Amino acid sequence: LDRVDLTARIPLVLLACGSFNPITHQHMRLFELARGHMHQTGQYEVVGGIVSPVSDSYGKQGLALAKHRVTMAQLALRTSDWVTVDDWESQQPDWTETVMAMRYRESFICKRSKKCVDSALKYSTMFFNVKFQMLGKYHLQGAPQLKFLCGADFLDTFRVPGLWQNDHVEELVGRFGLVCISRDLLFKHRQNIFLVHEWIRNEISSTEVRRALRRGLSVKYLLPDSVIEYIKEHNLYTTDSELKNKDVDLRPLTKQALSDC
Amino acid sequence: MDPSAKVKVVLLACGSFNPITNMHLRMFELARDHLQDAGRCDVVKGIISPVGDAYQKRGLLEAQHRLKMARLAAETSDWISVDGWECVQPEWVETSKVMRHHHAELMTSDLDQVDAERSAKRRKVEETENISSFQSFSDTSEGEIELKLLCGADVLESFAVPGLWKEEDIEEIVGRYGLVCITRSGSDAQKIINQLDVLWRNRKNIHVVHEWVANDISATHVRRALRRRQSVRYLLPDAVMHYIQQHELYSAESERKNAGVVLAPLQRCTMTF
Repeated sequence: LDRVDLTARIPLVLLACGSFNPITHQHMRLFELARGHMHQTGQYEVVGGIVSPVSDSYGKQGLALAKHRVTMAQLALRTSDWVTVDDWESQQPDWTETVMAMRYRESFICKRSKKCVDSALKYSTMFFNVKFQMLGKYHLQGAPQLKFLCGADFLDTFRVPGLWQNDHVEELVGRFGLVCISRDLLFKHRQNIFLVHEWIRNEISSTEVRRALRRGLSVKYLLPDSVIEYIKEHNLYTTDSELKNKDVDLRPLTKQALSDC
Repeated sequence: MDPSAKVKVVLLACGSFNPITNMHLRMFELARDHLQDAGRCDVVKGIISPVGDAYQKRGLLEAQHRLKMARLAAETSDWISVDGWECVQPEWVETSKVMRHHHAELMTSDLDQVDAERSAKRRKVEETENISSFQSFSDTSEGEIELKLLCGADVLESFAVPGLWKEEDIEEIVGRYGLVCITRSGSDAQKIINQLDVLWRNRKNIHVVHEWVANDISATHVRRALRRRQSVRYLLPDAVMHYIQQHELYSAESERKNAGVVLAPLQRCTMTF
């Protein structure tokens, strides 16, 4: 028999930023893994997940238009009852610092927290047959917290010179917190960084997917059929599209350089 | 290039499919891309053949469930189908015999029938999705049709396990039919081919396909996650996941099934000696 846990849990919302160029099954797996892990801590109840595609001004090579990347993410997450797509960041005229995106979402969640928790309960009990029948038994305390969801490669970006402002790293890791999906156990679990071990190797990177698409190879089962159809219909990833933003500096680097002056 | 000169290939994947995962389905896509790349092959069909219950592998679920899940998973494919012949046999059937059966089926059924099956499958898929035009191949001249076994590197490795395979069976599978092996490490596959004479002799019949995108979703991992009530979403098709939930498959109890029982192929080999 499962132990009924009546202690209070902190409702949690996970936010993932990135290109999602295009979204793959792996991106959606990160959310599933993170939710499972955070739930296991006994402290948190994940009530929602947000996918936030980066805006076109990010300047990454081969970045498809935001409207396409947002639509693909929406198509992919149509079958998810707890992860949604937010196009706020993608619509900003300039690239948004991750911390700014987090702050925006935090104020948004605080305003809507009641509604957010209620709908999460409703959705979760509707779909997940075992674990979430118990969700109603948890006493959720306060407005949802927001944590940043990322893959292990994201931690490496902290080390890239000029990419991050120190106070932003401090705020992101210290005030918000990270949930990081990692394939190895080398990292030690630090305060406010939750490391989730991924046992199943399933590294479907968008780069590999775009490469296969350019070469006319099959990408079926790496991303949802609906997304593959959308890509074909709009002829999205070609040799030409991959050349977009070639030799352009990433916006985080130029923006940071300006603020350093 | 004259399309009629192409060899038509049917890919057969044998295994437990306990449960089928996206990785199993990916193997078919990778193999088809690889074979068609050379321009000499037209992969016309993929067959998934789940092993029968008599295989007695630990944690092996009843064939009816495994068959149904495979069918649900193949529903969105316009060229992969599931065949229940192997899993309804009362005894475990050697892979070479499964190949013989399917080869005979292909020889007796004319190409029109394979073609009709494929277009029927295509039509079914088209009902829900918009898939571009279907190219018939029955109107091209009668070409040769080849059956090949599709497998992962683990099967290649298992050829070297003493007592698991009879050499004449390996000879028949690789020599008479052919093998398409999907692997993350091409060098490991080449090593095994080099080590076993039977494989080396038939190396021209072995296609090693490199899998660049790591997608190692083993069914063992999936079952473990299910037992622990962890999410398996996006590792297998949603339809399969729903089926598992609905029938409450894969528990600690089901995993103990066949525990301590000797695998059918090993039993059979011991008996013949």
